[in-house]
Amino acid sequence: MKVSEKWLREWVNPPIGTEELAEQLTMLGLEVDDVEPAAPFFNGVLIAQVVAVKHHPNADKLKVCEVDFGGESEVEVVCGAPNVKVGLRVPFATVGAKLPNGFKIKKSKIRGVPSYGMLCSEAELALATASDGLMVLPDDAPLGFEVYDYLNLADPVLDVDLTPNRADCFSIRGVAREVGVRNRCDITLPDTSPVTPVIDDVMSVELSEGSGCSRYVGRIIRNVNASAVSPLWLKERLRRSGIRPISPAVDITNMLMLELGQPMHAFDLDKIDTSINVRKAFPSEPLTLLNGENVALNENTTVIADAQGVLAMGGVMGGQSSAVTESTQNILLEAAAFLPEHIIGKSRRYNLYTDSAHRFERGVDPDLQRDAIERATKLLTAITGGEVGPVFEVNIPQQHRISTGALLRKNRIGVVLGITFDDTDIEDVLTRLNIEWTHCNEGWRVTPPSFRYDLNIEADYIEELARVHGYDKLPRTAYEIAPTISTYKHQEKSQEELLKRLVQRGYHEVVTFSFVNHQIQEKVYPGEAVLELANPISSELSVMRVGLWPGLLETLQKNLKRQQNQIKVFEYGLKFVLQDTELKQKKVLAGLVSGWAAPEQWSQTVREVDFFDIKADVESILQLSCDAKTIFMRAEHPALHPGQSAQILAHGKSIGWIGRLHPALQESLSLSQSALMFELDAEVFGHAAVPEYGKISRFPAVRRDISVIVDESIPYQKIANCIADISPTYLGEVILFDVYEGEHIDEGAKSFALGLVFQAHDRTLTDEEVEESVELILSDLGAQLGAKLRE
Amino acid sequence: MPTYKYKLVSTQIAQLLKNAQTEISQVETLAALDDIRVKYLGKNGFLTQELKALGSLSPDERPVQGQIINQGKAEILSWLNARRQILQEVSLKAKLSAEAVDITLPGRLSHRGGRHPITQTIERICELFSQLGFAQVEGPEVEDDYHNFEALNFPKDHPARAMHDTFYFDSGLLLRTHTSSVQIRYMEAEKPPYRILVPGRVYRCDSDMTHTPMFHQVEGLLVDKGIRFTDLMGHLEAFLTMFFDPLKVDIRFRPSYFPFTEPSTEVDIRIGDGDWLEVLGAGMVHPEVFKFVDVDSEKYTGYAFGMGVERLAMLRHGVTDLRTFFENDLRFLNFFN
Repeated sequence: MKVSEKWLREWVNPPIGTEELAEQLTMLGLEVDDVEPAAPFFNGVLIAQVVAVKHHPNADKLKVCEVDFGGESEVEVVCGAPNVKVGLRVPFATVGAKLPNGFKIKKSKIRGVPSYGMLCSEAELALATASDGLMVLPDDAPLGFEVYDYLNLADPVLDVDLTPNRADCFSIRGVAREVGVRNRCDITLPDTSPVTPVIDDVMSVELSEGSGCSRYVGRIIRNVNASAVSPLWLKERLRRSGIRPISPAVDITNMLMLELGQPMHAFDLDKIDTSINVRKAFPSEPLTLLNGENVALNENTTVIADAQGVLAMGGVMGGQSSAVTESTQNILLEAAAFLPEHIIGKSRRYNLYTDSAHRFERGVDPDLQRDAIERATKLLTAITGGEVGPVFEVNIPQQHRISTGALLRKNRIGVVLGITFDDTDIEDVLTRLNIEWTHCNEGWRVTPPSFRYDLNIEADYIEELARVHGYDKLPRTAYEIAPTISTYKHQEKSQEELLKRLVQRGYHEVVTFSFVNHQIQEKVYPGEAVLELANPISSELSVMRVGLWPGLLETLQKNLKRQQNQIKVFEYGLKFVLQDTELKQKKVLAGLVSGWAAPEQWSQTVREVDFFDIKADVESILQLSCDAKTIFMRAEHPALHPGQSAQILAHGKSIGWIGRLHPALQESLSLSQSALMFELDAEVFGHAAVPEYGKISRFPAVRRDISVIVDESIPYQKIANCIADISPTYLGEVILFDVYEGEHIDEGAKSFALGLVFQAHDRTLTDEEVEESVELILSDLGAQLGAKLRE
Repeated sequence: MPTYKYKLVSTQIAQLLKNAQTEISQVETLAALDDIRVKYLGKNGFLTQELKALGSLSPDERPVQGQIINQGKAEILSWLNARRQILQEVSLKAKLSAEAVDITLPGRLSHRGGRHPITQTIERICELFSQLGFAQVEGPEVEDDYHNFEALNFPKDHPARAMHDTFYFDSGLLLRTHTSSVQIRYMEAEKPPYRILVPGRVYRCDSDMTHTPMFHQVEGLLVDKGIRFTDLMGHLEAFLTMFFDPLKVDIRFRPSYFPFTEPSTEVDIRIGDGDWLEVLGAGMVHPEVFKFVDVDSEKYTGYAFGMGVERLAMLRHGVTDLRTFFENDLRFLNFFN
């Protein structure tokens, strides 16, 4: 909300400067985001009167004006504005003047006629976004005076960011009240004394059951001067508050909203029936709004209606048919109280974020309507004249928010805040906040003023005390926490360790969005059920990820575009999978590697990363974090190369995938390099057993190298399993040191070279014992897998 | 002339010794040195032959002459050894110098990785609060209305909800807009006292220069008997001071509003002469919230806070554009290794 300091000071005027005022408001919880002058600075623009207007000899649309700006003599200015006429007082940018846009006025010749300056429009002085003629100043504006000073344009405008609880501060009145409390000074209330009616016209008003309107105050004013225009002071007040001036009736109602916080509406009396009914709309009841938009209302919407139909959407926006226009002579002023719960949600429903709705949904003081009507009447008739009718009103006070008050316990203040105040201080603050209080045993019984919708429970009042006292003046304490040892589970520790392990192995952690592009995800996980956002921010981010690969592939894509082609990344986060329509939010760890196995360097020839590099990474973290024996089983995944992919199993259950990106997917994602990826369920992590000591033999180990030839279809796992099944006594380690296919070996066969290491705990093994074990292994490999010893 | 330890009886022997000494002193390789050894002391070496020739001498001459020859052998042997030691040293030196490497060549490289700056920031926050015994807790990101709003005292259609720009699913579920939802889940499941820290992803339907639709928060909750607003201020002030170290920051608490805390505060920091920047929101847990989770607010009080991780990371590391955190440009990530 924009607050003109000048306007505010008409209400409350403490002896402090602008900066301190802004600081005070911020520290009261009314955060001042920005302070700017009412208009950007300009000078040399003086108040002048047009004393003569002649036709320009060389241009039809230009005039040559003589202006008096209080100087010794009049000067001639060429002007093209349509509204220029003798007698007008207008801003005159003299030679040497600096306009808000930085433009400097020089003596010039326009179409052969010398011009000693420029007559200005509001737009040229940055007082409007567009103008269709000169700015007209009041007839009593002093000639020769700087316009910037005359209009008080240095007036600082404070941009106050209100929290949703402080509806009461949505006005000059509300902000002034806070300033008054903070500075312990009184506020000057404007004149709201009743205007004596001169006509009897009233309108019958009915508030239907459940209409959402608890109070309706109206007044008829007849025979207003339709051609009257809003005075400069009014226009400036609105402009400084960010509202565009329109006509006196509209401007005055807007001003009252800004000043008192009471949204009002002015109807053209001649366009409505003889009575008004505030009710809920009928289903799909039509209304053409002030902004020209046609809406079909729903039954939750409060409307002001006459017998013909809906006139306005209550508390949100008026209708076009009953709006005041340039020809309006008779006016119905409305100041009503609409209940927040009936207005809330309407802005969103109809996409009408109006100042009025904004205030009503947060709560407008139900005691304000009469004051607003009286003040509006006085100000409006001062501009437009008119015959004033009596105020009429329907009020259902029991519908207003009624606070039963609260008990403010003296000791509770200390319990919650950690500091106590003197009783007199507390009572003083309460009083200045218009909170009614009475003493009781434990402290005070307190009742909020009608405008404080946010004061309900004891804690609310305690906050008020702290707020007015100033948070900055509260002491800082440190609660004495009993020194207990908090949970430090082995499991948590090992989860952290495995991420560190990946970093040690050269991985960068990335953080990608949890919502992804549906099309891309569908390519990676075709046919998977996905959770779709109802209101995505863009189609690129429209569905929740069912795995982490789409995000990692996008990371690869983006980095390749930036010539970063050594990629080794992982992400640890949730995936969102639907299992039989039930949502599972599963934590997973996924990685992607692409590029060289090691950075390009002088001492090593570069080699592209392959399946076994990433398999090593996965094995390393599994060994660190997973107790179960894991198996890599050949399996196909739509995103993976069918010849280089595996499902990872633990306890016979799938815990993840590993493999090379499917070349077709690589192409469809326009990736210039291949990648290897893995994904592991985090569920299996953190189950590493506590390390346990086993015996180390003091006796020498004996190694025997053998090379076995098998059919090329036999995977190594079978060899390993076979040896494990035999588990010859004293066999310690099996080292696979070569896998060979080619020359010297039959076609369709391959050889595995194994180093078998034997060791006993109690003695040095004899050659015979070792040979016996080797023979056993060879004969079993022969029998099970047709393996032959390579001579 | 070399000096001899033994008086020479035979000029022939003396000449042999003289020759041997010259040859030994001139030899340059270990192999050649060995050749000299063989030449004088080998099976058919000069001195060996002289010894063999002793038999032809008279019994009187034999011991004298024999002693002279043996002395000569010992002499040569000592020269050989001395020379061998020198030649061995030279050869070792040559070998070592041949094996020298350019120690200024770069070390063998492997890929260098690192944690994401957001995670690093979360870790720093958690580490500092773990000193106060805060345990780390996680919760779901797809949430229901109850835990994200209702139980946090956001009534339906409350204006404060509008500030949350929530992502919804057709089912009515939503993406949590803050980590505060985990407060509720934790308090539902556990009995007080509570001392938890909840880092995690949160979502708001907003995207521009200063907003990303996903960002991170760390929520803190301390509930016990006798927790006061001034404790909140004390702890948070100490935390922020340490968090930004070695940067010096000014800290201010200003009143604010959150439906789930009362009193509420927003905490701003200022680095040097800069503007005040909001870094976290906090307050005393609202009695209504305690009601929802069945905690007696007369017996327990507590504070809760929530901080934006990206904002803290940006200030600490001088990152100017929030969006860079989610672009995962390796050049960006490499700054944080």
